[in-house]
Amino acid sequence: MANFGDWLNKRFPLRELMREHLTEYFAPKNFNLLYYTGSLLLLMIVMQFITGFLLMAHYVPTSADAFNSVQGIMYDTRWGWLIRYMHVDGVSLIFVLLYLHIGRGMLYGSYRKPRELLWIVGYVIYILMMGEAFLGYVLPFGNLSYWAGQVITSIIQALPAVGPALAVLARGGSGVGTATLERFLALHAVLWFWIIAAAIFIHILALHQVGSNNPDGIEIKENKGPDGHPVDGIPFHPYYTVKDIFGVGVWLMIFAAVIFYAPTMHGVFLERTTFSPANPMVSLPDVTPPWYLAPFYAMLRAIPNKDGGIFLMILAVVLPFFLPWLDRSPVKSSRYRPVYRAMILLMAVTFFTLAWVGEQPPLPKYFLLERGGAAIYVGFYLLLPFISRWEPTRKVPERVTS
Amino acid sequence: MSLIKKWGILAVLVAGVAGVTVQANADTLMSPPAGYFNKPAVIAGAKLFAEHCSACHAVGSLRYERLASDLGMPKASIVKDVMLPNGANYRMGMQPAMTQAEAKKWFGLPPPDLSHMVRALGARFIYTYLQSFYWDPNRPSGWNNHVFPKVAMPNVLQPWSGIVAKDGKVMQPGRVTPAVFHQRVADIVAFLRYASDPSVFVRHKLGPYVLGLLAAFSLIAYWLKKEYWKDVHDDSSKRKK
Repeated sequence: MANFGDWLNKRFPLRELMREHLTEYFAPKNFNLLYYTGSLLLLMIVMQFITGFLLMAHYVPTSADAFNSVQGIMYDTRWGWLIRYMHVDGVSLIFVLLYLHIGRGMLYGSYRKPRELLWIVGYVIYILMMGEAFLGYVLPFGNLSYWAGQVITSIIQALPAVGPALAVLARGGSGVGTATLERFLALHAVLWFWIIAAAIFIHILALHQVGSNNPDGIEIKENKGPDGHPVDGIPFHPYYTVKDIFGVGVWLMIFAAVIFYAPTMHGVFLERTTFSPANPMVSLPDVTPPWYLAPFYAMLRAIPNKDGGIFLMILAVVLPFFLPWLDRSPVKSSRYRPVYRAMILLMAVTFFTLAWVGEQPPLPKYFLLERGGAAIYVGFYLLLPFISRWEPTRKVPERVTS
Repeated sequence: MSLIKKWGILAVLVAGVAGVTVQANADTLMSPPAGYFNKPAVIAGAKLFAEHCSACHAVGSLRYERLASDLGMPKASIVKDVMLPNGANYRMGMQPAMTQAEAKKWFGLPPPDLSHMVRALGARFIYTYLQSFYWDPNRPSGWNNHVFPKVAMPNVLQPWSGIVAKDGKVMQPGRVTPAVFHQRVADIVAFLRYASDPSVFVRHKLGPYVLGLLAAFSLIAYWLKKEYWKDVHDDSSKRKK
């Protein structure tokens, strides 16, 4: 066995990789609950890959048969319902984890130097995930799928000059139909998915280059013991591998509870309008996006002018890219920045309020919420450079607290 | 402690938003009685459905044989009580007695397939809809509906419901008591709810085992983690001294 190990390691750097990324990768020892989200996201995405592969084996990407083929999976395929619920509910749970993961980064200043690139790559993954979710959303070809496909491709159409041509390219014709399903399936299952996988790979490599941040926002690499290892760091393996296995167990209980007892989550994870077949003759009273895209949709609606609304939505999506440079405070973690912590809390509440209002019918009574929410969302980023410069900070301890 | 407080505040805020959501969606629909959804009710509903709805409505996604494998109905009962004498196939989806062409001729548009109707409209809507027909001489069928105005479907449950005017006045009482009428409608809704998601009984049966297994796994993983992390905590206490 030892001989085989030597033979292998002369030809492939297995031992070196294990050392660099597991046994001698030092992580801060004060991780809290929010630090489970990274490994859980990786697990969920691998599960989406497996369930997606199984679904694709039964799915027919034509406008005539797509809906029926999905119902065939649900009614007539052995364990088909389990695979499809895992895939559909998996999306919503991935976005729950993504929002916790992103929120954690904001709470503890994990986007600050030297982790700017880590933040940007991570945010790119989030945007790619929204695209991946939309592509997948159209495939079952319920009536919601059809109209969501129409609405989103019409946003592409609003782009200046190249818009109409791009929209035809995206749909594979002038309307949403078989050609759209075929290319969306190819994108969803192959190109887009592998771009996300590559981005995740880069995200993890970049993380291991700079090292993990922690709830105190202290750089553990700056305080090394006589053995050359950070005094507040512990090897990722075995400490965080066993801890993450426990996290996986608890998370899978949540996942299973959703699948077995509330697979549609009362129309939030699997909307009612996906249960009638696509019908160009029956328009939906209001096409609302899934909950995880709804905050941006609410901001799109906050300005009653197509180009203005699209501008605000794009601004809302783009602003977080600049977060590493908008924050000027000498302190990273919100634990030692009471004003910033209050801002983050307000932002979290605003984001979920926007998600809720984005699901409501477009009525004038919601305008105030939409506009107020959009103002707080944009204001957070625009005011941060000024607030972070004068806000009071508490003294950051030298060692991590547990 | 401060972490718990922080999460507590967030939880309260999220619950607040959720509360507003529920309140905003509260409407005038009636709910089927609690506990109406179980296998005997679904079987009763399947028979009532065959008798009163299958003339026009298909449940195309649900094969007759599923009633045996999911609900434990004997095949003889399915053939006698649920399958119509129109050449229905035990292994195929539930078909209506009339053809689409006939339906279009008689009603203007074919009655919809009801496979996914409960998931599309909600059990409360269907339960309320079936009890909201009123007499309206201006409609071609003579019927109108409070929650689905100008619906093409006539009140096929008239023998049970009787004839009711728009203002709720009973013009002709039904042949059964209102309580029996509500019960039968609830059974039909139970059947349609099952038909829209036939995995439901399997899910509810398997759920406790899956959760139990994962709980046991988590517990073992927790002990393992505690064992490994012992030296992390020892380590830091030593350093503090």
